[in-house]
Amino acid sequence: MTTQERAIPSPEPTPETEAYWSAASAGELMIGRCLSCREPHFYPRRYCPFCGGEATLERAKGTGEVYSFSVMRRARTPYAVAYVRLTEGVCMMTGLHGCDLDQIRIGMPVEVVFLPTQGGQPAPFFAPAQGR
Amino acid sequence: MSVKGKAYIAGAFEHPLRKADGVSLAQLHADCVAGALRDAGLDRRDVDAFFCDSAAPGLGPLSMLDYLGLKVRHMEASEAGGASYLSHVGHAAAAIAAGKASVAVVTMAGRPRAEASSGQPPPRPFPASTPDLQFERPYGGELVNEYAMCAMRHMHEFGTTSVQLAWVKVAASRHAQHNPNAMLRDVVTVEDVLASPMIADPLHRLDCCVVSDGGGAIVVVSPEIARQLKRPRVRVIGHGEAHKGQDGGRVDLTYTAAAASGAAAFAEAGVTPRDVKYASIYDSFTITLLMQLEDLGFCEKGKGGSFVADGNLIAGVGRLPVNTDGGGLCNNHPGYRGGMTKIIEAVRQLRGEAHPAVQVPSCDLALASACGGSLGTRHAAATLILERE
Repeated sequence: MTTQERAIPSPEPTPETEAYWSAASAGELMIGRCLSCREPHFYPRRYCPFCGGEATLERAKGTGEVYSFSVMRRARTPYAVAYVRLTEGVCMMTGLHGCDLDQIRIGMPVEVVFLPTQGGQPAPFFAPAQGR
Repeated sequence: MSVKGKAYIAGAFEHPLRKADGVSLAQLHADCVAGALRDAGLDRRDVDAFFCDSAAPGLGPLSMLDYLGLKVRHMEASEAGGASYLSHVGHAAAAIAAGKASVAVVTMAGRPRAEASSGQPPPRPFPASTPDLQFERPYGGELVNEYAMCAMRHMHEFGTTSVQLAWVKVAASRHAQHNPNAMLRDVVTVEDVLASPMIADPLHRLDCCVVSDGGGAIVVVSPEIARQLKRPRVRVIGHGEAHKGQDGGRVDLTYTAAAASGAAAFAEAGVTPRDVKYASIYDSFTITLLMQLEDLGFCEKGKGGSFVADGNLIAGVGRLPVNTDGGGLCNNHPGYRGGMTKIIEAVRQLRGEAHPAVQVPSCDLALASACGGSLGTRHAAATLILERE
């Protein structure tokens, strides 16, 4: 069973996250990076969750591997929710796209793709890595 | 300051309804409060402290205090999901120990089944200002598939199997057959669980708790009041609570906040998991209970699967009887919140008032623990250790 088109609910940005979503519109995945302790974090926010320092956005490579996942079989159009651990080390909740739902495995290499949500705003999903 | 021995659970009441058509949410609370006070042998005029969650109707506790006609000197409407009521008992004990209260009522109620059948659209659970919501909403993360991701990772790291998870449900059903109020009273087998429809890999329908209406209430009192009452005395000797989330992206789905809440409660009580004769542990899903057993120290991390297998949680069969009322998996899960019924069954066991078929002999030490919220995103855990005096 491969992933099918599903209406994707729109995110609702706050003043703190508009830049993250603007970057997504330009096809860039961003993570948070602390200007004090230099630790990366996700989701991005104004202050570092580890030391409280000022944080900034940083472009991520957009690659990673599946940390965990679950296929929502009960949904009218089954879909896969997942946590992907990015190459930078942080884990983010996402969806898996463009793959056989029965072939997803923990540890599978993936790369970011941007899919339009219902309101038009693109959001980062992940697909099996093509080895680029 | 410790709460150990500073407060007693004097009253407990579980609403018998599982579908509350024609009964308002406020009335469910009133039924529960009256039931728990009756059980304790106390009058509503004795109540001087009130605890509820954010799902109680009105602004915090204000409407309910007015509706119930209570005059209190201590009030709290704090929110830890289904774990709230275990926190509330700990907070009530602290208030009593500090001299700020002497008779505290903790109440909860919900009617999701009646509301679903009314045709009203369900209320939106969180406002758009919730900082993490926008990073989850596009992906269809909801309770069942978030818990499922914990189960998937647990299986990956520790070799836990669907058969082992199914044993948690089998134990619940073996207990629920004796509970006339339980929603599901039929005994099920491991095969039944595995044959039920897959909801979110790897959780089957029978890995999920019931949805029910109803509620419950607990009365917590000072030692002086407890000594004047005629009921068996159940002492609060340990309490702990903790929070766990995505930790800035350092996600680890293999353990729960019960690791911290349990350690705090055991330290305060001065007892160990080996001393516990009976445990009530929140079973929103089979994986919820299995992970908490590990985190509370009933077995090694990663060994929860073998611990729950072969009936080890069944009263009269296994080493640790758990959720002898049938738990959330079979008995009751009012308002999507399982913590209250956990305290109530622990009190029944300590008083010797559980169903004779599931009563643990000479049950003098019990634990109640719950994880509220979502294990896959953010949750609170609260643990109570209770002793029969």
